[in-house]
Amino acid sequence: MEAVAAIPPFERFYDERKDEIFGYLIRLLGRDSAEDAFQETFLRALRAYGKLQHGRQLRAWAFTIATRVAVDERRRSAPVAEPPEIPVTDERPAYAELEHLAGELPPTERAAVVLRYGYDLSYDDIGAALGSSSEAARAAASSGVRRLRRRQST
Amino acid sequence: MTAVPNDLDRRFREAAGSAGLLDVAYDLTDSPIGPLLVAASGRGVCRISFDPEPERELETLARAFGARVLRSPGPVDHVRRELDEYFEGDRRTFDLPVDLTPLPDFQRDVLEELIRVPYGQVDTYGGLARRIGRPRAARAVGGALNRNPIPIVVPCHRIVGASGSLVGYAGGLERKQQLLGLEGAILPA
Repeated sequence: MEAVAAIPPFERFYDERKDEIFGYLIRLLGRDSAEDAFQETFLRALRAYGKLQHGRQLRAWAFTIATRVAVDERRRSAPVAEPPEIPVTDERPAYAELEHLAGELPPTERAAVVLRYGYDLSYDDIGAALGSSSEAARAAASSGVRRLRRRQST
Repeated sequence: MTAVPNDLDRRFREAAGSAGLLDVAYDLTDSPIGPLLVAASGRGVCRISFDPEPERELETLARAFGARVLRSPGPVDHVRRELDEYFEGDRRTFDLPVDLTPLPDFQRDVLEELIRVPYGQVDTYGGLARRIGRPRAARAVGGALNRNPIPIVVPCHRIVGASGSLVGYAGGLERKQQLLGLEGAILPA
């Protein structure tokens, strides 16, 4: 039987995750909006923390909350139409060469691309972060990468 | 990785404290008897620790009060202020509510009675045992005091041996002596 992973004191969770989440929010939203989103992310985490049943996957959980905060923020400030379906490829891109363009992607694609190639999260975790399935996460990352490639080549 | 700026970190901790989202807020503070960790739950001050090792304290606090434990100075400001006044000799009684809820009944009885021992006076382990109606429990009283989670405010330093010797103190005898000296306590001969 698997032992239940203990929930660490919030201080430890916050201390371990804060820098990474702040960096992620800067990548998604830019420096100016990242500070408010950071505050909102950890306040949301704190509100939910007392109801956690176990301490597994807290890193992915933190990314999930940050992603939702960032997507809400982007939709509020600059509505972007959802992209059409694009066929899936699973080829790993030279992400570093593409990242500077990621700011132009729709929010969910941007989050999917950054989580997959910037933070190495699994598609299961990215799906959870985006409130969708692992397949949808894979499709979003893939279509984001295609879009970036097209931008790069134009 | 981008480090969170200090100012942003501070603002988050402040917001968390003032939003009432914490099971326990704590902070570290300096005192004439060394650095102290002070912690408060929603009910009152719940921990004062000498030689604090925050890592271990956090686990203990989370087990007793809930996992939402965060360093956040705001909710413990009043604790720090009363302690400062006490150490400056300007305060003889604490107005702070204390939270003894996670403790076993016996220990809570002992500590609640202990709070009544006035500033500058001392009592004995046996005396305290009698006052809670357990005259033969002097040794158990000693154990309860040794595990007092809120020293200074719950004044276990005011309990001494029947002969007037200091006997023991979880924070070290030197601190016990300093606190009794500060209060001008006169030990029984």
